[in-house]
Amino acid sequence: MFKRSEQDKRPQVQIFVDGVAVAARQGDTVSAALLASRRDVRRSTAVSGAPRLPYCMMGVCFDCLVTIDGVGNRQGCIVPVAEGMQIEIQKGKREIGK
Amino acid sequence: MTMAPKREDYDVVVIGAGPAGLAAAATSAEAGLSTLLLDENIGPGGQVFRAISSTPVTERSQLGADYWVGADLVQSLRASNAEVIHRATVWSLDRNLDIAVSIGGASAFVKAKRVILATGALERPFPIPGWTLPGVMTAGAAQTMLKSSALVPDGRTVIAGQGPLLWLLAAQILRLGGRIDRILDTTERGNYFAALPHAFAFLTSPYFAKGLSMMREVKAKVQVVSGVTELAASGDGQLASVSYVAGGKRETIPVDLLLLHQGVVPNVNLAMSAGVEHRWDDLQLCWSPVLDASGNSSVAGIAIAGDGAGIGGANAAVVRGRIAARAAVEALALATAAKLPAMATLRVDLARAERGRVFLDTLFRPAPQFRIPSGDTIVCRCEEVTAKDVLDSVAIGATGPNQLKAYRRTGMGPCQGRLCGLTVTELMAQARGKTPQAIGYYRLRAPVKPITLAELAAVPKGEADVKAVVRG
Repeated sequence: MFKRSEQDKRPQVQIFVDGVAVAARQGDTVSAALLASRRDVRRSTAVSGAPRLPYCMMGVCFDCLVTIDGVGNRQGCIVPVAEGMQIEIQKGKREIGK
Repeated sequence: MTMAPKREDYDVVVIGAGPAGLAAAATSAEAGLSTLLLDENIGPGGQVFRAISSTPVTERSQLGADYWVGADLVQSLRASNAEVIHRATVWSLDRNLDIAVSIGGASAFVKAKRVILATGALERPFPIPGWTLPGVMTAGAAQTMLKSSALVPDGRTVIAGQGPLLWLLAAQILRLGGRIDRILDTTERGNYFAALPHAFAFLTSPYFAKGLSMMREVKAKVQVVSGVTELAASGDGQLASVSYVAGGKRETIPVDLLLLHQGVVPNVNLAMSAGVEHRWDDLQLCWSPVLDASGNSSVAGIAIAGDGAGIGGANAAVVRGRIAARAAVEALALATAAKLPAMATLRVDLARAERGRVFLDTLFRPAPQFRIPSGDTIVCRCEEVTAKDVLDSVAIGATGPNQLKAYRRTGMGPCQGRLCGLTVTELMAQARGKTPQAIGYYRLRAPVKPITLAELAAVPKGEADVKAVVRG
């Protein structure tokens, strides 16, 4: 859906999405890195299990909810990526203990 | 990195680091008031100047001169003594001007003598069939990715809706080498006539020439379909096609990405939760706070600046920020106000910045069918409640948005009504033959952003706090 402009010279940051290494860029939000990864990063909703992707990218819609470093229901669109960050695509509700 | 506020008390706390917040905090600090600026994002800029200090888009002309104005605002702020904390989510503000803010997973509490809310705007809900499908996003979302990560659409892309941002985004995507297959313009034909009486102010505003040249730039490269009266997205778990009607003819096109936009509306959650009175704005079709000429709200000590005060655009937001800050300085340290530009000068600046706004509001007033959905179209994205669900609830006795929560949980999901509130108000108003003002809005309460129970439980508490909730 999205590609990176060639003028983007930011250093790479390696993150892991469901255990798979993905190259992000310094300053990307988690959601931007996921959308740029060309992987299937659709979460499923807590209510019906319907697939969703981020909608607003500015912190208001909560369709970017994702598990980051073991903590569920984080807003991926307002959290910057960090080297070695572990991201899990959230399926359904946040799990107890996550 | 966790950076808690350095003090417990401030003269002025500004919430939001967009154009209004940047200007307000710099002005307040420059006058010598202890000033704290809290902002949820990674860096300063808000939405319009998003990633102004970090954007990888180095070819300046691609984002346009209006964007880079933000760099001067950030520079003024940095030159001042204002304390600035990013990635700080304010989750509570009350009538005593006590503020709770979540920073790095821990909450801090500060008290202000004056609060300036600069929480800006968000995109108006665009509840069409299929708007929850993966592959459907807001135009603002695409612009956020473009500014902060130099990401542009590269699949089959359609932009649908209306308003100045839509054309700006289209121009920026094209300049960065992105792909747009078609633009579906939903501006109602009748709006052009309605806007005509306000055209003079617009023609003599800076928006006119800029807007016209941007539209020309885009139309030279992209097929634009005007007069779109129906719009729907479809696909099985992923957007596959967009269907629309223009000039009475239906067309369906395969598409990977649909970007929706029909203007912006004030982000009211924090202000409403603090008890600030809002009124329904019949022209802008949204809730706007009741404010005096300096931005002071119905709650003593809380002022609102920027688009949260009613949509006026970035230039107006900057001036409103300066006005609200000057008013705070006059109230707290009158002697130092002399350093600042006079209020009369600022009001002239504001009138200039707001010139042409009524024309834009009238021309780009979204059509009823794109605001008030029917049938199986989802209204509340979080709780997955359809228009029919809402109408069925009205039929068995739901009188307004707050009663509707008990019937259907609308507005009770994580977004707390930000993506459904206006739709619910207008839908229920129409169904019950009442005005949106009479129907009202969700009663909003802290925490206005979700925080974990663990974070709440870790909040320091005294003996009195424990006594207040423990029996016996």
